[in-house]
Amino acid sequence: MVLNRFPAWKNALIAGVILLGIVFALPNVFGDAPAVQVSDESGRPLDETAVTRVTRVLESAPIGYDAAYLDEDRVTVRFDDVEAQLEAVDRLRDELGRGFVVALTLAPRTPAFLRSLGLEPMSLGLDLRGGVYFLYEVDMDAAIGQALDRYEADFRTMLREERIRYKQVRRDGDVVRVVLDTEAEREAAADVVREADPQLVINEREAGDDFELAVRMSEQQVRERQDFAIEQNTITLRNRVNELGVAEPVVQRQGLDRIVVQLPGIQDPAQAERVLGATATLEFRLVDENNNAFEARERGRAPLGSQLYEDRNGQPVLLKREVIVTGDQLTGASAGFDQGQPAVFVNLDAKGARKMGETTRENLNKGMAVVFIEQKRETVEENGESREVTRTEEEVISVATIRGVFSNRFMITGLDPIEARDLALLLRAGSLAAPIYKVEERTIGPSLGQENIDRGFEAVLVGFLAVIVFMAVYYRVFGLIADLALLANLVLVVALLSMLQASLTLPGIAGIVLTVGMAVDANVLIFERIREELRNGNTPQAAIHSGYEKAFSSIADANITTLIAAVVLFTFGTGPIRGFAVTLSLGIITSMFTAILGTRAVVNALYGGKRVQSLPV
Amino acid sequence: MELFKRETHIDFLGPRRIAAIISGVLIAISLVSLATRGLNFGIEFRGGVVLEAAFPEPIDLPPIRAGLEAAGFDRPIVQHFGSSKEVTVQLLPQDGAAAGSVRDSIMGVLQELEPGVELRRVEFVGPQVGKELQEQGALATLFALIMILAYVAFRFQWKFSVGAVAALVHDVIITLGFFSVTQLDFDLSVLAALLAVVGYSLNDTIVIFDRIRENMLRMRRKSTEDIMNASLNQTLSRTLITGLTTLLVLLALLFLGGEAVSGFAIALIVGIVVGTYSSIYVASATALSLKVSTLDVAPPPKEETPDALP
Repeated sequence: MVLNRFPAWKNALIAGVILLGIVFALPNVFGDAPAVQVSDESGRPLDETAVTRVTRVLESAPIGYDAAYLDEDRVTVRFDDVEAQLEAVDRLRDELGRGFVVALTLAPRTPAFLRSLGLEPMSLGLDLRGGVYFLYEVDMDAAIGQALDRYEADFRTMLREERIRYKQVRRDGDVVRVVLDTEAEREAAADVVREADPQLVINEREAGDDFELAVRMSEQQVRERQDFAIEQNTITLRNRVNELGVAEPVVQRQGLDRIVVQLPGIQDPAQAERVLGATATLEFRLVDENNNAFEARERGRAPLGSQLYEDRNGQPVLLKREVIVTGDQLTGASAGFDQGQPAVFVNLDAKGARKMGETTRENLNKGMAVVFIEQKRETVEENGESREVTRTEEEVISVATIRGVFSNRFMITGLDPIEARDLALLLRAGSLAAPIYKVEERTIGPSLGQENIDRGFEAVLVGFLAVIVFMAVYYRVFGLIADLALLANLVLVVALLSMLQASLTLPGIAGIVLTVGMAVDANVLIFERIREELRNGNTPQAAIHSGYEKAFSSIADANITTLIAAVVLFTFGTGPIRGFAVTLSLGIITSMFTAILGTRAVVNALYGGKRVQSLPV
Repeated sequence: MELFKRETHIDFLGPRRIAAIISGVLIAISLVSLATRGLNFGIEFRGGVVLEAAFPEPIDLPPIRAGLEAAGFDRPIVQHFGSSKEVTVQLLPQDGAAAGSVRDSIMGVLQELEPGVELRRVEFVGPQVGKELQEQGALATLFALIMILAYVAFRFQWKFSVGAVAALVHDVIITLGFFSVTQLDFDLSVLAALLAVVGYSLNDTIVIFDRIRENMLRMRRKSTEDIMNASLNQTLSRTLITGLTTLLVLLALLFLGGEAVSGFAIALIVGIVVGTYSSIYVASATALSLKVSTLDVAPPPKEETPDALP
């Protein structure tokens, strides 16, 4: 047997993997160009006809563009300069009209032939390209509370319809209590509740002379309600993000009660947050004209069936408890002006329109109010512990006299222009099923993102060069072979990152830098071993052979333990840590390949099976 | 080129008592500092807000501090960052302030001083998330140590794995101690670095143990201490060269990578220096004090084994 020869298939395999790596890494060398991204507002995938439509708009202008293509359900148009890009955005927004989201972005200058193979450059994390990351928590207590409030209102109406006299129906924590006078009435009421929703859990109780039903939601109902709240909120947030017009946004559920929102390239986090986190909704209610609001305020208590509010001037207003229509029943909303006043024009769905029609017909010349409801989150300190609490702000934004019967179309006034614009946007995008609160934010300005790329790149380059020079000086020809392996390793890591489309972050770059340092270790182990074997009087061929063989178990053990640490980091870590873990794991795997197999192939090709007197190691 | 022209014959384990005293003192200082001063947790772990802004001209800090206090912020930390034009503002979770508006109010204060100020970075972490990250971090470190211990125990005899883990615990405590004594920010990236240190230090230890095991089978006549010393000498140039190349890369990261990765680089540099020392003096010395011997790695010559004991 000839020592130190690889069979042809092994050489071919190594060459094949490295070649494939070069092809996959190739899209990263072309850089980015200013671009415009067009997507469907409701998230439906666009097709080639949309591309034609977009290019026709641009050609008729005419605005020169570099390329236009379909990219994951969206149309991307690339331009040579920023002027053309900005001109195109205005043009496209005007001509395509509603139903499309047109956003500014950067697109890779990947040539068409690589794109057609499905090859893409690495995607950069928010810390490298700038943007906003929000982590929202859904208020599950509020979600359950809302459901119970609805049951409370339903029970009242149904008991009244069935002519069952009740003393009281009220929500008490997670229980709705129905209090009645007799046992017979309680039986009848229980039947009504069961009929309303057979899944509800009913407990009977006697308190003094009263007969009481304690109704609570079953565990499964609670779970379903929570699931619904988070799913619904994810959809609503996605709609709102679309209204903002951002390229490549991410809106994702995370865990039981959290939602991640990533908005790359956004310049104004304040506006994004105002729109995303807003819990504003509307309620339409009749004014209670039988009681005096000022008296109620003085007593500090509203009469039965009414609720005390304040309008924007601090004047008290008494409104009936019953809600005519809520924001959920709106099908459209747009901001505009009516007689010089900012106004929101709204459309109601069929059910809301019917209710509104009936109410206005029966209450001509009476007052109707629009209540603006917003949930706010505050941090309070209690016994040295910081805790977040919810506060609901309710405000009467307008009171108007019902002048005629109207049903599905009407307008709301009493807001300033910015409020009108935001409210219209929120009503269009849908309301949140439960309030959400920001629990984490990372915003990176675009200039810092570019700086991070430059600095990271520089650090990798300098570290890399230092190691390359050191290895070449210290191990001569073998050092150069190791340098070649290091380069191949870098190419393979970039190729894998591009293939997996895992985001490259700044800690990710740190991970690559670390693998560069550690990848060298495998070769150091091997070369030191070869030197030792030579010192012990072995022939060069035998030294190469046993050097690689004996170093292997150390290399494998060392890399497996580091891989364990990386996998643990990935499992437990979030955001930035995961980026580090991904590049570290990939780097370990590729470095095992290049440092052991890769260098061996070159060493074998140079020295294997030949008569060599000494080795340049 | 070679680091050592001839094979070295350094008596590493001779002064192991002195090394033990040095390690003991360092660990004691670290533990005392951790207990009294604690770690200067970054906002990821304790919750709060960090905002970074760039001014067109160099700016003084006191007016910013005064402006923030006037705006109702409690004990704001205002510092220059990188240059006198860049400023970071750190706030603890605020009492009574709505979480969303903190960023806007800080920017409002800064804009009053200089309208051309540019928002560079904001990090907001709610107190709940901070607590979760702290727990997750501690759990991750613990879990990583356990998994690694299991692997080493599977690959080596238990006396070696005790030595390896003693070295790891040593490195983690001293690196944490370094961050406690210097009060450098301990954030998520430092935690990642700490786990990388665990991997690196173990790497070193395993390479040495591997050689000890190999030599134990070859040099059966010699004492364990001699075998260990020989193994440490044989692996010395590898230990130093790998440490050196890794340090080269980390120094590049420290000086060129910017503030965002400097904590990461510092933690790794400290960890690698300590880790290299500990794989020689802590890991091997511990295994030696457990009386590890040739018998532990090679089964004694086969004898007739009775089928079952009465």
